[in-house]
This record gives sequence, structure tokens and C-alpha cells, in this order.
Amino acid sequence: MTDDSRKVIEQEAGSHEAFEEQVKRLGLSDETLIDLDRTMCTIRHFEYMADKLYAAGKVHGTMHLSAGQEAVAVGISLAVRSDDYFINHHRGHGHFIAKGADINLMMAEFLGKDTGYNHGRGGSMHIADFQSNNLGANGIVGGGIPQAVGVGLALQMQRRKEICICIFGDGASNEGVFHEALNMVALWKLPVLYICENNKYGMSMDVARATAKLPIAQRAEAYGIPWACVDGNDVVAVYDAMKIAADHVRAGIGPYFVETVTYRYFGHSKSDRNLYRSKEEIEDWKQNRDPIMRFTKHLLRAEILGESQAHEIDAEAEQVIVRAVEFAEASPEPEPSTLTEYVYA
Amino acid sequence: MPEISYLEAIRQALWQEMKRDERVFLLGEDIGCYGGAFGLTHGMLDEFGPERIRETPISEATIVATAIGASLLGMRPVAEIMFMDFILLTLDQLANQAAKMRFMFGGRTTVPMVVRMPAGSGTGAASQHSQSLESVLMHFPGLKVVNPSTPYDAKGLMLAAIRDPNPVCFVEHKVLYKTKGEVPEGDYTIPLGVGEIKRAGRDITVVANNIMVMKTLHVAEKLSEAGIEVEVIDPRTLLPLDTQTIIDSVLRTGRLLVVHEACQTGGWAGEVIASVVGSPAFDYIDTPVRRLGGKDIPIPYNRGLEKIAIPQEDDIEQEIRAMVEGRI
Repeated sequence: MTDDSRKVIEQEAGSHEAFEEQVKRLGLSDETLIDLDRTMCTIRHFEYMADKLYAAGKVHGTMHLSAGQEAVAVGISLAVRSDDYFINHHRGHGHFIAKGADINLMMAEFLGKDTGYNHGRGGSMHIADFQSNNLGANGIVGGGIPQAVGVGLALQMQRRKEICICIFGDGASNEGVFHEALNMVALWKLPVLYICENNKYGMSMDVARATAKLPIAQRAEAYGIPWACVDGNDVVAVYDAMKIAADHVRAGIGPYFVETVTYRYFGHSKSDRNLYRSKEEIEDWKQNRDPIMRFTKHLLRAEILGESQAHEIDAEAEQVIVRAVEFAEASPEPEPSTLTEYVYA
Repeated sequence: MPEISYLEAIRQALWQEMKRDERVFLLGEDIGCYGGAFGLTHGMLDEFGPERIRETPISEATIVATAIGASLLGMRPVAEIMFMDFILLTLDQLANQAAKMRFMFGGRTTVPMVVRMPAGSGTGAASQHSQSLESVLMHFPGLKVVNPSTPYDAKGLMLAAIRDPNPVCFVEHKVLYKTKGEVPEGDYTIPLGVGEIKRAGRDITVVANNIMVMKTLHVAEKLSEAGIEVEVIDPRTLLPLDTQTIIDSVLRTGRLLVVHEACQTGGWAGEVIASVVGSPAFDYIDTPVRRLGGKDIPIPYNRGLEKIAIPQEDDIEQEIRAMVEGRI
């Protein structure tokens, strides 16, 4: 983590007065704030459940969990319209939940069932929901970044008001297509909001070892794209930045780039033994910067939530996930006779 | 029927389809006033304007990715990759993305797009601008690979490719661009995945693609005078490959030769031969089955060396004679 990025976090964290002022300025109702809390809790429970299911031997493949990064997904979704297009990265469970995906269908896909979003063909890494304009997660790092150019171009050619939100990680920003795509969206003033979800590590590579100059978002400057770098563990700050960015993009004047600085609690994937970071570092983020804990504290102090209501929201979120697992486990496997379906239309 | 060139036939297909369907647009490098490296899109910018004749920076991977993204939103993009060699810069988007999206996403989307790519040697363009990589593309289920040899086929296959709901790699041959043939002015399509017997003959089946179809047809006319009747099959689409037409032909002729410009090792001739010898036609085969591919070397610059790097008419003739005369 660079000094620049660290400052972003430390400046924002902690001040309740700043939180109240920001919420007021943004006109966020109590109901909306409680919804943000609820969705973050739902994502957190989904991810811990995924880990538990894996440990219980119920998951065939790999997974990339986003616990610790919930505020990014939730802040983005509040700032955009439900019919906006999403292109996502491999650590995408949270974004799908925040965009309103059916959690039963997600869990069924995670367990490889025929009732899942992709009929069990995709798994955790490729969940897509075309009905809600969620164009899917991508297993190739950075693979979706240039596709956003095409989505933005189609929206522009079709004279539509929706925008394309393309989310990728810090690692993806070092792929060549990142630069091709940024150049082209800027050149053609396409309605694309690029979001770099910097969770500090690629697989094990610290962003500071992988990136010659930080913050990553300053690279947008080279392409004439306006940018911001925000504390990705502060859901209101994420919303604030995304709202400005999304409004800019929707006005048809060109793309915008936002970097959200955050942290993942779990390893990169199931093979990760956390050899590249210390337990102390992980604990520090969990104890001092956790996005749900920070936000809930503000809600309690502002008396938007009471202690018991906060627990209730958390317990309800957990139940949603438990029911999704029940649905998924009771669902059928894909029929072997359907193996070759969906290759060609 | 008007006689036009292979290049003009492809342009006519693009032009007519853009008139018919406003979702169709072209994108690629220098396809505007320059008309593309081979002039194929010449005049189209004036007719359709810069939004639909979309000139791009030199960013091949993102050109293909842009076609993918636009196709997901209902557009019908036709991307030009200036030389087929440059598809190697786009393989993630073609092979990991476009080819797999429909399958990975459980059949919930389609990726209707065409990527045009001029292939082949014979222009002195050396090793990085002369390859025939169609065999590479055949290894990615989800893609279709189309490879016309005549102006008539080029137009009909292009119209079918644009209307196909799958990602189609449209492989053109640079040396064929100037060849002429009769092409109807109206709308017609040739179904993808259906081969054609370009010339009927009883003695041997020769399967060839693009320029090798032309070379083999010349050889066949010459051999006919010597009493050898060659059946020439052009698969037209390499993926999916119409193996049935080939198997049926070998059942009649009992001999099979496959000719392509692509490097022999790993070339699609192996696929054709495996399909035939694994079929009931095996019992009807009289002579060892043979393939004649490009030499397993990069394409050289020097005119003489470039020529002998790929099968020429003399090579094809000798091979057919040896097989028919029982010298193999």
C-alpha cells in the first residue's frame, strides 16, 4: 500500500461528524442506510457460507471470496440504476448480490446445479444474469475491461441512457488491454465507468510491488479520463464518489475512473496459505477498518439503528443464505445428456 | 450474372447487409478513407459514415473485445483484423471469451459477431504477414471458421456469417482477392458447415481450402486429359467441418488427398483424414491417404523460397498421379 492510498483511508475513517455531514449532503434516508447495512451483511454471510461449504467438501471447484470488500459492491450499486450494465471480475459474488441477483440461483450455480444461473456450466467465476443486465464475471484477469468498450459503444450507437460499469482488480490494471480500452473509451467518449477494486494484492503480489506508480487511478490521467481514489471500506464514501462518476458518465460526456482501496480477508482462492502477508495485517484490517463494523457503528451512534435491530438484520441476512443453501442442495445436477448443449446457438 | 472479384463480393455482402440491417457495423484499423489494407472497405465510409465504419487505434485485442461487447447488446459487428497473423494478439478475446460465453453462461446469451482476417502467403510479406492459421482457430468449440475460395461463396458465406448467432472467424485469402467469378447481385446465403463438391470425379477425392481449391481445380482439368478424374471438395466452413460430404466422396473414389497452405504439422488435414479413416469409408480406401500441407517453416520473404514453402500445382499433380497410379 502506498502512502497515497493509505492516506485515503486514514483521512476518511473514524469521524462520525464527517459521516453525518456526508449523509445529509447526499440526502441518504435512514431506510437507504439500513438497506446498505443489510446488503453488506448478506454478502458477508454468503462469502463465509461459501468458505464453510468448501471446507465441508461440497464445492467442486475454486472460488474467490470478497469478504472485507462489501462496501465497494454496495456503494456502487446504490449509485447506479438497476438497468445499467455490469461487467465483472472473478471475485464477483458481492457485486451480484448488490445488483439484486437471486441468491438462490447464485448458490445453486456455486454448487454446480442445473437450477443455477448458468445451469452449472460456470460456477463461482462466471455467474451472469442477463435479465438484469449483469453481463457476467470473467475468469481471465482483465478480460472484461476491453469488452466494456463494446458495451459502451453499443449504448452510444443505440442512443440509450444506461451506462456500463466495469469492475476489475488492481492486478488487472497491469494487463495490456487495460491501456487499449482506456484509450478507446476516452477517444470515443463512451458511457463507461471503470472501477478498480484495489484489494492490495493480486494473488500474492502486493500492489506496490506490481505497479510502478500509485494510485492506480492516476493512470486515467494519461487518457484524459477524470478519476478519483476513495476509501473502499467506507460505503458512504464509495457511494459519494460513484454518484459523481455515474452522473458524469450518464451525461454522455465520456468515461470516468474510480479506484476503491479495500482489503480481502480470505486468501486469493482455495490454494492460498497467506504466505505473503502477516496475520497481524489481516487482523488490523478486520479490527480497525472493517466496512460493516465501521458503518454499523455510525448507524448506532446516529440512532438510525438500535443494537437489537442491528443483530436482527444480521441474523435475517444469515437466514437468506441458509435458505439459498437449502434450495441449492435440493436442486438437481445437470443431466449428463445435456453435456454438449449451449456450445452453439 | 455479373462477374466481380472475390474482394468486391465480400464488400458487396457487407454493403448490402449494412443497408438491410442497421445493427451491422464495421470496425477495424484504417478501414475508413484508406479502405483497409487491401481496399476492401473502400467507399464505405462515404456511404455509411464514421459511426458505422468505425476506425480504431492499433489495438487488436480490444477490437475483438469491442465486437464481443457490442454483440451482447444486440449489435452485429464485423471486425477486421488487418492480417490473420494479428489474431494471435486477440486470442484471449476470441478463444477464452467469445467462443465460451454462451456455454459458460448456460446458454443465456449469444455472441453474434464476425471477425474478418486476410490470410495466406504469396505477397512477399514474410513470416509475420503470411500465415494460414485456420487450424489454430478450429480448436475452440463455440467459434465457427469460414474459409471461402470463390467470389460466389465469399458473398453467400459472408451474409450467412453476419446473420449467424455465433462468433464467426471469416478467413479470406489475400491472393484470391483479385480472382473473378459470377456473383448474383441479390441476397443469398450459403449455409455454414456445408461443404461443396467443386468438381466431380471418380478416381480420387481431393479436399482443399481457399487458394488450394483453385490450384487443385487447374490440376484436375489437366489430369482429366490424361484420363484421371479428380473429385475436388471445398469444405467452405472448417468449423464445424462437413465430414459427411468427404466420407461419401471417399466411398466412391477410394482415395483421399488433403491439400492446404497451412503448415502440415497440426494442420486441419489431419482432422479430415482421421474422420475418414475412422468411418465406414475405411473399407473402401485403396491407397494410403495422404496430405500435402505447407512446409513446417515460417513463410520466407524471397520470392522463390516463398513459392516452394507451400504446395504448388506441380506438387499437387505429382501427388495425385502417384496415388492414382499406385506408386505410394
